[in-house]
Amino acid sequence: MADVRNFTLNFGPQHPAAHGVMRLVLELDGETVVRADPHIGLLHRATEKLAEERTWVQSLPYMDRLDYTSMFINEHPFVLAVEKLVGVDIPLRAQYIRVMFDEITRIHNHLLSIGTQALDVGAMTMVLYTFREREDIADMLEAVSGARMHGAYYRPGGVYRDLPDQMPRYTANKFKNAETVRKLNEARNGSLLDFIEDFTNRFPTYCDEYETLLTDNRIWKQRLVGVGVVSPERALQLGFTGPMLRGSGIQWDVRKKQPYEVYDRLEFDIPVGVEGDCYDRYLVRMEEMRQANRIIKQCVEWLRNDSAKGAGPVITGNYNVAPPSREKMKGNMEELIHHFKLFTEGIHVPPGEVYCGIEHAKGEFGVYMISDGANKPYRMKLRSAAYTHLSSMNEMAKGHMIADAVTIIGTMDIVFGDVDR
Amino acid sequence: MEAQFLQIVQMLQGFFGPVWPLVYTLLKIVGIILPLLLCVAYLTLAERKVIGAMQVRLGPNVVGPWGLLQPIADGLKLVFKEIIVPTQASKGIYFVGPALAFATALAAWAVVPFSEGWVLANVDAGVLYILAITSVGIYSIIIAGWASNSKYPFFAAMRSASQMVSYEIAMGFALVCVLMVSASLNLSDIVHVQGKGRFVDMGLGFLSWNWLPLLPMFLVFLISGIAETNRAPFDVVEGESEIVAGHMVEYSGMAFALFFLGEYSAMILVSVMTTIFFLGGWLSPVGFLPDSFVWLAAKTSFVLFLFLWFRATFPRYRYDQIMRLGWKIFVPLCMFWVLVVGIWMMSPLNIWK
Repeated sequence: MADVRNFTLNFGPQHPAAHGVMRLVLELDGETVVRADPHIGLLHRATEKLAEERTWVQSLPYMDRLDYTSMFINEHPFVLAVEKLVGVDIPLRAQYIRVMFDEITRIHNHLLSIGTQALDVGAMTMVLYTFREREDIADMLEAVSGARMHGAYYRPGGVYRDLPDQMPRYTANKFKNAETVRKLNEARNGSLLDFIEDFTNRFPTYCDEYETLLTDNRIWKQRLVGVGVVSPERALQLGFTGPMLRGSGIQWDVRKKQPYEVYDRLEFDIPVGVEGDCYDRYLVRMEEMRQANRIIKQCVEWLRNDSAKGAGPVITGNYNVAPPSREKMKGNMEELIHHFKLFTEGIHVPPGEVYCGIEHAKGEFGVYMISDGANKPYRMKLRSAAYTHLSSMNEMAKGHMIADAVTIIGTMDIVFGDVDR
Repeated sequence: MEAQFLQIVQMLQGFFGPVWPLVYTLLKIVGIILPLLLCVAYLTLAERKVIGAMQVRLGPNVVGPWGLLQPIADGLKLVFKEIIVPTQASKGIYFVGPALAFATALAAWAVVPFSEGWVLANVDAGVLYILAITSVGIYSIIIAGWASNSKYPFFAAMRSASQMVSYEIAMGFALVCVLMVSASLNLSDIVHVQGKGRFVDMGLGFLSWNWLPLLPMFLVFLISGIAETNRAPFDVVEGESEIVAGHMVEYSGMAFALFFLGEYSAMILVSVMTTIFFLGGWLSPVGFLPDSFVWLAAKTSFVLFLFLWFRATFPRYRYDQIMRLGWKIFVPLCMFWVLVVGIWMMSPLNIWK
């Protein structure tokens, strides 16, 4: 009798559905996956090690580059951890701004996640629709931080600067005539807050559009329902967090259970799944976007009222953590010294250990830091959700077909900057 | 105009003498293939434009006015690109694959009637010829998948073998119904039969075409046609997010282009077939307008638009789901409908006398 052996397929590292650079070794019995073995490390950039050689603020931009699809939210646990160690008070306005941008990046992330999952499953139009909205969000990030992706906007003690009063506008050029530019600028005539508010009003319609295209689509359901089922118990054992855990029906959300910043003042619901399959996780993400939209609305309202009363500071007045204002620096010797010390030496963080985890768009993203009192961390450890989720690849894909393995990669919402760090 | 044409033909006939029939046929072949290849080129542009519009973007608009020269630029690029043969590939059949894909896709056009009498070979078994030739086309994918000696193409070969076979059965059964009502295997006759009936007399010709009495078969044929040409949502053979480009992974340059041309001309072929079998070919939909080739072109374009529309809308089926749709839904449905049409034809209600 012929020797029948399983077929090994090297899925990636360069593969359209690998979401970055993952080498997935699939052992296949025909089309059925017998074993899925993800090989990671192809995008390893040693962020944790680099942080040991840089001051606290210098390490911050690396956080953006971890999960490069949801940038601002990555900075959050890092600054929270530093703040916790230093023990500094953060102005309320800064907290609202941070929460607002956390939720904006959550939408940013989920749009990409759902769009690319649809692309993996073969509905190529979805990703272009979600990128239409991502474009608006990128404009918001650009308006506030100057960069469309890697903003480096949060700082220990607050945020780097207040929201701009004017949203940048398009100008007519060779490719865009005056009429097009007028249409594009319709929402951009006011401040950044006006633009964000306009977006939050438009966004539910967009969500409805996505749902029309996918939610009740027979093929979409055939491809997602019953694929990659994880039971609630198993989800806990595997260390799932975020939409992956909630998709399995466990109501765990750091924003609700261990509220940080101003989440305890905001109203929002936590969607959970029932079956724990890819379809439920898709629905959870969809609903999370709507809830994030709700949070943004509340933040915009608060920030607007606050601005009307004459906006408060957006960064702490503790000069050991945040620089003094330019004006003060120009006129005062003390402030000049503070400024100089802060930008040459950096923050001196008292010795100690801290772990700070937040509800990242992909799950719990945590920063564990040890400070020995120097101006840089002694050790920094990043806990990324995607890394944990990816480790369940074998379990989730086993017994399914190749096409389902792709769906499962999509549902895990992994980004390799985050997995490899 | 016509007189001049005949004059030229007679002149050429005198010049070529006994080999004239051969030359004339060759000229006719060129007359079909050149416009066809042009159609294929511009179908790719149309696809990118249509899908672009559906995806709120522009599509190609840089090369030439409105991007009209884009297909030419793409073609040139592919012609000048190096054809890389994998070391472990089986060289001979590695090149047979794309050649076969292209050749069969073109050969099938021999029996296609474009309008009254406009057909290269008006053979009586036209339907059988088309089915036979398109079946050979499947071998191109299997051969390419095997000869590449690579894993992704191998998967594509396996998938295409089973998918195409399943859907040919459904397609064949759908055609059986058409053949029953038209009592002919000749494509021109099939069109003629659709030009008769009560509605034609009322001036509403489009209601007497096969699509209405054979509606389920029309849908089965259309969907099977999409599956046969490996188009979304049945594009598992070259599903980009699963097996990258399937059988075309190891091909580059002109070898790849041949697959591409073959695929797109197969798409046009299936659309023309749908038009001929179900949408009345070149017949005019209403009584007060004359029958003409324009109708065939318009209907074919419409079917092609459906292809593009589906691609922009649907997610991809999984491989086993495609099989299930083919074997458990289409084949039984077709068999049942053959029975229904049979009983209908024997009953006094027969509309195809």
